[in-house]
Amino acid sequence: MSHSHSHSATPGNAEEEHVDNHGDVKSYIIGFVLSVILTVIPFWTVMEGDFSKTTTLWIVVVTAIVQLWVHLKFFLHLNFVTEDGRASTFSFLFSALVIVMVVGLSIWIIYESNAMMMY
Amino acid sequence: MSSNAASLNPNDDVNGHDDSHDHEHHDTSGDTIFGFWLYLMTDCLLFASFFATYAVLFMNTAGGVSGKDIFELDFVAVETAALLLSSITFGFAMIAAHAQKQAKTLLWLGVTFAFGAAFIGMEIYEFHHLIVNGNGPGESAFLSAFFALVGLHGLHVTAGLIWMTILIIEILRRGLGNQTVTRLSCLSLFWHFLDIVWICVFTVVYLIGAM
Repeated sequence: MSHSHSHSATPGNAEEEHVDNHGDVKSYIIGFVLSVILTVIPFWTVMEGDFSKTTTLWIVVVTAIVQLWVHLKFFLHLNFVTEDGRASTFSFLFSALVIVMVVGLSIWIIYESNAMMMY
Repeated sequence: MSSNAASLNPNDDVNGHDDSHDHEHHDTSGDTIFGFWLYLMTDCLLFASFFATYAVLFMNTAGGVSGKDIFELDFVAVETAALLLSSITFGFAMIAAHAQKQAKTLLWLGVTFAFGAAFIGMEIYEFHHLIVNGNGPGESAFLSAFFALVGLHGLHVTAGLIWMTILIIEILRRGLGNQTVTRLSCLSLFWHFLDIVWICVFTVVYLIGAM
């Protein structure tokens, strides 16, 4: 009859499509387990860990960036495979570029001017 | 057949069959979701400017408390757990919604709502605790930036909870039609997006602040 009905009439195809677009239970579980690990590591490092400040900072920042990637891949299903996925991924990458410039350059400029005021 | 022809030529819609209306919603759901994603990207920029403000101001404590004095990481860890759990339960709700399982969808949405509400409850408690102890947003530039950034995230989560309530009512009354599933998909993007912002918040504000 209509598209939406023929869609559910062929469960095999529909399922495959669902894996691509919305993720399945397995991908959510993988994402969740990775997120838990990547959350426990930085919290433990700061609360209990006996590392130098620089090491701690690196651990915290790197685990955060890896966890961002885990969320984008397993929860938001960003990808380079499907057409929708590509469009979303590129718009995200562009935003990330703008954010790096807005936040990164602001902080750089303000900290430099702050340092100059000291002398 | 006729509905197929209608979808190829949208101008035929003037004839106004319910069938072709349904069809149109189905066909544009991808655009709706992508449009919402673009909104989220602009929301990213809003959060980014709040993060930049916080990064610039966090050392200006005006002789008052700094992050080290007021952040309780055990508490933040529980908040983080609540939000992360709510992310995966929303994922399960979406899987159930796409499989047209209404009861399961509502169950997982309810669980998600509970975790989200727990998170907001804890945040309100934290803010209240700070203000009562004389560390309100007016005390220093650090506290202003802290309340603004964490509060902005909290307001987003609150908006998500209100939206979730409305969608739960919609599902109860109309079932899981295409339009409703599209709306759920948008909320799911919003919810996962807020979890991502929270990763940045607990890293930049709480963990680095408590070091």
